Amino acid sequence: MGEDTDATPTLNHHGFLPDHNYVTEADIISTVEFNHTGELLATGDKGGRVVIFQREPESKNEPFSQGEYNVYSTFQSHEPEFDYLKSLEIEEKINKIRWLPQQNAAHFLLSTNDKTIKLWKVSERDKRPEGYNLKDEEGRIKDVSTVTSLQVPVLKPMDLMVEVSPRRVFANAHTYHINSISVNSDYETYMSADDLRINLWHLDITDRSFNIVDIKPANMEDLTEVITAAEFHPHHCNLFVYSSSKGTLRLCDMREAALCDKHSKLFEEPEDPSARSFFSEIISSVSDVKFSHSGRYLLTRDYLTAKVWDLNMESKPLETYQVHDYLRSKLCSLYENDCIFDKFECAWNGSDSVIMTGAYNNFFRMFDRNTKRDVTLEASRESSKPRAVLKPRRVCAAGGKRRKDDISVDSLDFTKKILHTAWHPNENIIAIAATNNLYIFQDKLNSEMH
Amino acid sequence: MEVNMEARRILAVSISKLYASRSQRGGLRLHRSLLLSLVMKSARDIYHSSREEDAPSGAQSAPEEPMETSSGPEVPEPQPLSERNSSETVSEESDNKAKDYDCDTVDDKENLSPTKQSRKRRGKASAAPDFLPNKRARLEPGEERYSAPLGSCRVGAGESLATLSLNQVIPAF
Repeated sequence: MGEDTDATPTLNHHGFLPDHNYVTEADIISTVEFNHTGELLATGDKGGRVVIFQREPESKNEPFSQGEYNVYSTFQSHEPEFDYLKSLEIEEKINKIRWLPQQNAAHFLLSTNDKTIKLWKVSERDKRPEGYNLKDEEGRIKDVSTVTSLQVPVLKPMDLMVEVSPRRVFANAHTYHINSISVNSDYETYMSADDLRINLWHLDITDRSFNIVDIKPANMEDLTEVITAAEFHPHHCNLFVYSSSKGTLRLCDMREAALCDKHSKLFEEPEDPSARSFFSEIISSVSDVKFSHSGRYLLTRDYLTAKVWDLNMESKPLETYQVHDYLRSKLCSLYENDCIFDKFECAWNGSDSVIMTGAYNNFFRMFDRNTKRDVTLEASRESSKPRAVLKPRRVCAAGGKRRKDDISVDSLDFTKKILHTAWHPNENIIAIAATNNLYIFQDKLNSEMH
Repeated sequence: MEVNMEARRILAVSISKLYASRSQRGGLRLHRSLLLSLVMKSARDIYHSSREEDAPSGAQSAPEEPMETSSGPEVPEPQPLSERNSSETVSEESDNKAKDYDCDTVDDKENLSPTKQSRKRRGKASAAPDFLPNKRARLEPGEERYSAPLGSCRVGAGESLATLSLNQVIPAF
């Protein structure tokens, strides 16, 4: 069991040393998201920066570099701010990035920190006008007397430049910390959720938003649960779901009322009384919720499990997958070293047949819903040489029968956690964020979804 | 009394986490504070309920027990936090239950001899959790001595976190 009690090391090392323990905190990746075609992959980090990767088009000349992701653009999305009224520093860490569906040549994405959401336009420039009459090549104003003839400026090709500019800033709408944003299928609105409230925005309007969920009690002493994640239905623009720290999911219909405090459906699994412990509440808190691509199912992640819910069945999940049940007996230690508060995300593959989520020791897990098989893989430099096949890993209980290459529970490194993962919308390509490193794995054999 | 010990340890850890979260960058996290308070509540409930099971058996021999060190239960003592105004602070009000316990302990305190008290003071140095506010019940027969009481010398307002009323961790928001 990791003895590290320092949950957030704040070392002032610049750059990355080969020893993984020394990492600049600002470089820690805090969110990963593919766009709707999978051509672009965006990551946000604790330092408020966004890095966008673009997939190289497959070329016949270099067969081995087909489909690889390279850096496309990097920009500073959020800066640290100070709330003078409350004497609070507002972290610049990017909590979530969501892409807008592409409608023209430019790409748009929303990025958010704890308090402010920004809409960024990412566009390419590969031509520039030349032949101005009043300016010379360097842009200096010409002496008018030297101009003897007029010419029409023409567009000439130039080296590709990717320009990123902030188009909207949606600020001052959240008292608590924003944990989710979700773009609506109507392509006009989106929602942002904090611990107690969910607001609905129009993408073009920044000076107001509509509050659609408010679970703040009249007396804060009566607070029993908070909102942990929220997402719009992929097809029905009136439906959205939000998860709570009590492990419940609420499906809300915006057609029913302006304020969606009353849910349409409540998804809750009755607690198993025999499993009760000091930490039952913490481990049942849902850290992420995702609609399936079909819109028929919900995927949730709590500390030890991932669950698939059928929208038509509120009483219990359809499937429950144990991510790392061997930690159940270690909850007290995980509480002490703060790991029990880690918020793992989860992801569907494009055909909704496989779900994926991260764990500790840089392990991540995939569960095939059809075959009921699961696999544990590791994202680390040692085990991930380019084009090498990932070897499945196994964690064995302390004292249990141990095979070669197995790792025992007590040897797991709890500082190496995979909280953020993403799956390409169409192909078997996954992006795994391991602290400050991004791993992109492709399944060349089975590149089509099935 | 393993559950009892674990409950106390968890309480101590929780309080130190709550305290540490006040200086965290980005301000107090509501979700985390809520979870911490839920754990503390569970630990406290289990702690008190397991104490109540022992109480009847120990009552008779109470007067004869020398008040060595107060191991036993820590009892939240009502003490207001100094920075009530700050929105970040966890506010504290007196816990009604604590008041009941308080009466009992006051009686015991009166029975204490000065020499015994000074023994307590020395014991403090080796003890662990700060959240034990005051020395309380004496050793019940058969009950282990967990740690020397901190509270004995520490009647001041400083260790106010110990007196956290769990359902009032949140109101600062």
